[in-house]
Amino acid sequence: MLDSSQLLRFTTAGSVDDGKSTLIGRLLYDSKSIFEDQLQAIEKTSQKKGHEGVDLALFTDGLRDEREQGITIDVAYRYFTTPKRKFIIADTPGHIQYTRNMVTGASTANAAIILVDARHGVIEQTKRHSFIASLLHIPHVIVCINKMDLVDYSEEAYNKVINQFEEFSSKLLIQDIRFIPISALNGDNVVNRSANMDWYQGAPLLHTLETMHISSDINKVDSRFPVQTVLRPQSESHRDYRGYAGRVASGIFRPGDDVTIMPSGFTSKIKSIDTLNGPLKEAFAPMSVSMTLEDDIDISRGDMIVRSNNKPEASQDLDVMLCWLHNDAAKPRAKYSIRQTSNEQKAMIKEVLYKFDINTLERNKEDKELKMNDISKVKIRTTKPLMIDQYRENRTTGSIILIDDATNETVAAGMIV
Amino acid sequence: MSKYYLNYLDELESEAIFILREVWAQFENPVILFSGGKDSILVAHLAKKAFHPAKIPFPLMHVDTGHNFPETIKFRDDIIKELGTKLIVGSVQESIDEGRVAEEKGKNATRNALQITTLLDAIESNKIDCAIGGGRRDEEKARAKERFFSHRDDFGQWDPKNQRPELWNIFNGKHFEGEHFRAFPISNWTEMDVWNYIKRENIAIPSLYFAHEREVVWRQDSWIPNSEFLILEDHEEIVTKKIRFRTLGDITITGGIESDADTLEKIAEEVSGMRQTERGNRSDDKRSESAMEDRKRQGYF
Ligand SMILES: Nc1nc2c(ncn2[C@@H]2O[C@H](COP(=O)(O)OP(=O)(O)O)[C@@H](O)[C@H]2O)c(=O)[nH]1
Repeated sequence: MLDSSQLLRFTTAGSVDDGKSTLIGRLLYDSKSIFEDQLQAIEKTSQKKGHEGVDLALFTDGLRDEREQGITIDVAYRYFTTPKRKFIIADTPGHIQYTRNMVTGASTANAAIILVDARHGVIEQTKRHSFIASLLHIPHVIVCINKMDLVDYSEEAYNKVINQFEEFSSKLLIQDIRFIPISALNGDNVVNRSANMDWYQGAPLLHTLETMHISSDINKVDSRFPVQTVLRPQSESHRDYRGYAGRVASGIFRPGDDVTIMPSGFTSKIKSIDTLNGPLKEAFAPMSVSMTLEDDIDISRGDMIVRSNNKPEASQDLDVMLCWLHNDAAKPRAKYSIRQTSNEQKAMIKEVLYKFDINTLERNKEDKELKMNDISKVKIRTTKPLMIDQYRENRTTGSIILIDDATNETVAAGMIV
Repeated sequence: MSKYYLNYLDELESEAIFILREVWAQFENPVILFSGGKDSILVAHLAKKAFHPAKIPFPLMHVDTGHNFPETIKFRDDIIKELGTKLIVGSVQESIDEGRVAEEKGKNATRNALQITTLLDAIESNKIDCAIGGGRRDEEKARAKERFFSHRDDFGQWDPKNQRPELWNIFNGKHFEGEHFRAFPISNWTEMDVWNYIKRENIAIPSLYFAHEREVVWRQDSWIPNSEFLILEDHEEIVTKKIRFRTLGDITITGGIESDADTLEKIAEEVSGMRQTERGNRSDDKRSESAMEDRKRQGYF
């Protein structure tokens, strides 16, 4: 692996039996990321279950319940590395609590793989997955048309799925969509180019994942630095040091930059950007650094340091696409804690504007109850202003979660529109 | 290509630093669980980075089974001195002496499961609300679903089916009195990433990780070190081999592999060619398919 290798996070979606587990198993197996003892364990289980050969899908089976019931119930993370990149897969299960899991997996993903069974074409689940990928603003979507071996590797079957997909996806906002015909079971176009589909000119899946351009997906224009904590060593060597610790959310910061502290509005200049390995000439997302300023200003967790010529909006009224994640439905006009970057305030859902019917993508203005897996557009009012950007512009400063103070549970996740 | 991107190790480092700072900001009384193994050494190193130029603002905690490699204890004491932080020790021997737990019997007896009680007792008596661990999701299948911020109920138990969803980089560490969290800043690192980073940063690790001559006995497919705790079976024989350890746990159950890798470069190279998972040499994980999950539910690391 090269020193310059990047990290790519992707999520996989598909309805039950589309071959998601087989595909992940195939990627790991063909990229030699499965260890011998893991393989032996799978071989043993495959035999016990009466499968012929090794069932690659078994590799992604996680917890005991799932092993016993044969289903995946929560997001699980898998890792593999090739000489070009390190990959993190957020493996999200097919059925129950589906939306919740996919939203979770999608929230940090650079790319989404959506599986379609070549025999069945685009189904409601496909639309759902694509909608969530678009809503969560995953920059790259790869539609894998699987089980091509069961349709005689036919180009017509493949084109038919593409047409179906393009028909409905024109309504969605996805920057980059690609299609790849594969057989996860046999390995066609997963890691190795398929000998059965000469008509396909594109790259196999792994090569696509390895070469996809992702560094431009991060917002480099709007400089935002949410303060996590203040570092005050009060030691001999750093008696007056006061560093603002945080992770650059977006944009670029350099010593000498004019900055404004939100929400107070005080202005100053960046004096230094520090790390254990020494000071930096510039910091960009997603670097974790400590920043010092020229002036002594009262700054604490929840504040945001931004470039003075480009500020986020400070607002107490948010329009949010909200995904409800909890078993208990939202209580009307109840108060929640809202978290956005390092900022926490109290908030109330003032109004539900409409709910998305996730299967038809239509807006339902009648049913306003927020239940598990519902995605709705709501108005939220906070007790103090949050420094916000639109989620489309900034996935870090444009996202929020709601916490129920009675249970401390995370009950909803939202994208600011 | 733009120069404004991080390579994978820098991104993992930045993520871990972010998590460590979140822990500090969201909890009253966190600790780093320190075993003396490479993963907890890595976490301590990352914590040093997270709070520089200040010292790590919380203690390290060692759950001491009494069955240690002597090298581990020396290493622990040296690192504490260097970091200038406090050390809390929870002693399994004390838990046994107090009758809180009973020692396993037989030649494969380990104190592994006993650590759970000592750990939970130490968490309670020191009023710890977040224990930071070096667990990684690639280690074991039950860990693959672990959150960065992982809730434990007031019995210290993990409920894998009822975890808080974790979205973007927003972490919810809210908890009631008596409950605590486990935080895993290096969740997304693989064994290879850990070695590549240790090599890059030239982080000091115990000599046990490097190839060395040692008296060992072949048991359950790996070389178990000779120690005062070893009970030999009739057919077993102590031999001297050049070995090194891939993970460090109790001296009674941690198996070594034959190796000539005596530098970080050679270790990283060796690991990249490995065809067995690192925990494959630990008999605690060999007991059953769900050994790790069962222990984790009860409150294990
Ligand atoms: N013929 C064929 N069968 C496949 C292919 N991919 C998966 N399958 C089979 O489809 C079934 C469901 O696959 P699985 O990976 O468990 O689906 P999941 O529910 O999406 O994870 C299994 O019997 C697989 O062997 C493929 O490309 N071709």
